[in-house]
Amino acid sequence: MTTATTERLLTTSRAIAEAIGQEIERDEHVFVMGEDIGIYGGIFGATEGLLAKYGPERIMDTPISETGFIGAAVGAAVSGMRPIAELMFVDFFGVCMDQIYNHMAKIHYESGGNVTVPMVLTTAIGGGYGDAAQHSQTLYGTFAHLPGMKIVVPSTPYDAKGLMISAIRDDSPVLYFFHKGVMGLGWMTPNPRATGPVPEEPYTVPIGKADVKRQGTDVTIVTISLMVHRALDAADALAARGVEAEVIDLRSLVPLDREAIAESVRKTRRLLVVDEDYRSFGVSAEVMAVAVEEAFDYLDAPPARLAYPDVPVPYSRPLEQFCLPNADTIAAAAGALVGR
Amino acid sequence: MPDDAVLREMHRQMVRSRIFEETLVGVYMEGKTPAFDIAAGPVPGEMHLSSGQEPVAAGVCAHLRPTDAVTATHRPHHQALAHGVDMKKMAAEIFGKETGLGHGKGGHMHLFSKEPAFGCSGIVGEGIPTAVGHALAFKKMGRDDIAVAFFGEGAANQGAFHESLNLAALWGLGVVFVCEDNAWAISVAKEKATAIANNSDRAAAYGIPGVLIPDNDPVAVYEAAGEAVARARRGAGPSLIEVKTDRLLGHFQGDAQAYRTAEQIAELEDRDAIRTYEARLAESGVLSEEQAAEVWASCRAEVEEAIAFARSSPAPAPEAALEHVFA
Repeated sequence: MTTATTERLLTTSRAIAEAIGQEIERDEHVFVMGEDIGIYGGIFGATEGLLAKYGPERIMDTPISETGFIGAAVGAAVSGMRPIAELMFVDFFGVCMDQIYNHMAKIHYESGGNVTVPMVLTTAIGGGYGDAAQHSQTLYGTFAHLPGMKIVVPSTPYDAKGLMISAIRDDSPVLYFFHKGVMGLGWMTPNPRATGPVPEEPYTVPIGKADVKRQGTDVTIVTISLMVHRALDAADALAARGVEAEVIDLRSLVPLDREAIAESVRKTRRLLVVDEDYRSFGVSAEVMAVAVEEAFDYLDAPPARLAYPDVPVPYSRPLEQFCLPNADTIAAAAGALVGR
Repeated sequence: MPDDAVLREMHRQMVRSRIFEETLVGVYMEGKTPAFDIAAGPVPGEMHLSSGQEPVAAGVCAHLRPTDAVTATHRPHHQALAHGVDMKKMAAEIFGKETGLGHGKGGHMHLFSKEPAFGCSGIVGEGIPTAVGHALAFKKMGRDDIAVAFFGEGAANQGAFHESLNLAALWGLGVVFVCEDNAWAISVAKEKATAIANNSDRAAAYGIPGVLIPDNDPVAVYEAAGEAVARARRGAGPSLIEVKTDRLLGHFQGDAQAYRTAEQIAELEDRDAIRTYEARLAESGVLSEEQAAEVWASCRAEVEEAIAFARSSPAPAPEAALEHVFA
């Protein structure tokens, strides 16, 4: 790219905060509610700097009352505002799920389309840093299973900004998952892929469109979130062995870009799904089902998957790392699919 | 004391709700006899009726405008009607018809209207936070509209009640929390579920006014609600009102009510709030017997028209089930 030298680089968390700030400036109905999203800037930095710029009416710290403030976001959205509510860790959904799946997700349908709930619920996912069973899960599959919520899960700073702007402007409730490992936080293990070019002006990334993060011909790796980074690392290693992997970043789970999955599988004839969410009854099975339904005759090998084993997230480093897919295990699984 | 027009209007609202629900008792049982089958007949599913609780809705909603938001419960008909939700569309929704408020997708526990602003939730206590959000939106938009959250005494033991009252008090929001204490959470008596006698006492925990109406009297409800609504409208914050009211029917239609005796039920019927109120209005010369009879007749005609509209309306196309998941 000829303009590479003038490209502005941002971390994912700064890209998210910038998107929210620009939408706050564009639309007086946009505001943020959540725990420690004010002066702290969000535990994972998604609202950093916004309180100082936009004040406490637009950037509202809440008590530890997830049912209360997520329910309040639902009511405010029905009454014409465009709230963004942050659930600090997705693992906390147990204390407020009723507001999410019985109210936020259903009111538009129950009303026969007469009432809309234009809100964004942001939440942090993911482990790998020793936070154990109640602060490390990657539960987007649980929510994607339930109708009525759009689900986006960006992996890059560029997608994070564009998807946030799309989510805020959408008239349906959108769940916006950010993996702690893609945010580019100074207190997490350094991740070069968590920093990238982000245009200053507002732009959108369409919800429901996957993105080919790397072109390839031999095997398709369908993944999402931090596992996109791991898959790209694996693809580099595979290329050194003469295997060209195509890496599809789903970016959205609902709606799911079925055609992007099918198109790539028809091309490479082999599918590996990589998912940090639990293995059974979830995203990895859904993607494999799409391949079987849409591209069965093209498959040269049974679809394969690498996902989190069906165990709670363990604390100790060797235990947790054993459970997580990584570049080596992804490369091995993709290599096995092509026999190399 | 409310003026005569208000006294008569509250009476009319109570009567039309009562007739609507008494009519539903019969409609609901169509096709469900001799053996009760909850899925059979023109109105399937659960049916929670509010007969006996009309004074609460009538007294509170007399103060509201269509742009004020009301959130209700699994037992929402009296509040919906008193807030001005269209009776025909509501009946059609209960019949699962295309012409219903939600085109047949919501049913009797999920009635939604934009104007008047009305919503409900079938999950006990979980409709309360939404009301806080309506009031938050009104404050942010600079509107002096308010929100009213109706809920039962069973809901006061849910976490959502506590979180909502704390948030509304903390943020000084214009919410009126109205607890309809009908003494029963399905089959569990209030004294077996709640450590204190009066939920209105809980207001002290949030530093907001708590008012107890001990006798299901629409005038007392009207007066307490008047203060609470005015306080909310002028930006002075939320209030909690508890009304000791009566559930004349079972938790749902088909409930054998093994948890209370026939004598207990007869006692409730003897003190029926509508008859008591009507007698008072006659005695004070506000509403003669003839005028009362006219109210009953005109409300009966309105209900019959609404039910006929619902019956004759088309069913939704089956494949419409797949629409309206997203806006």
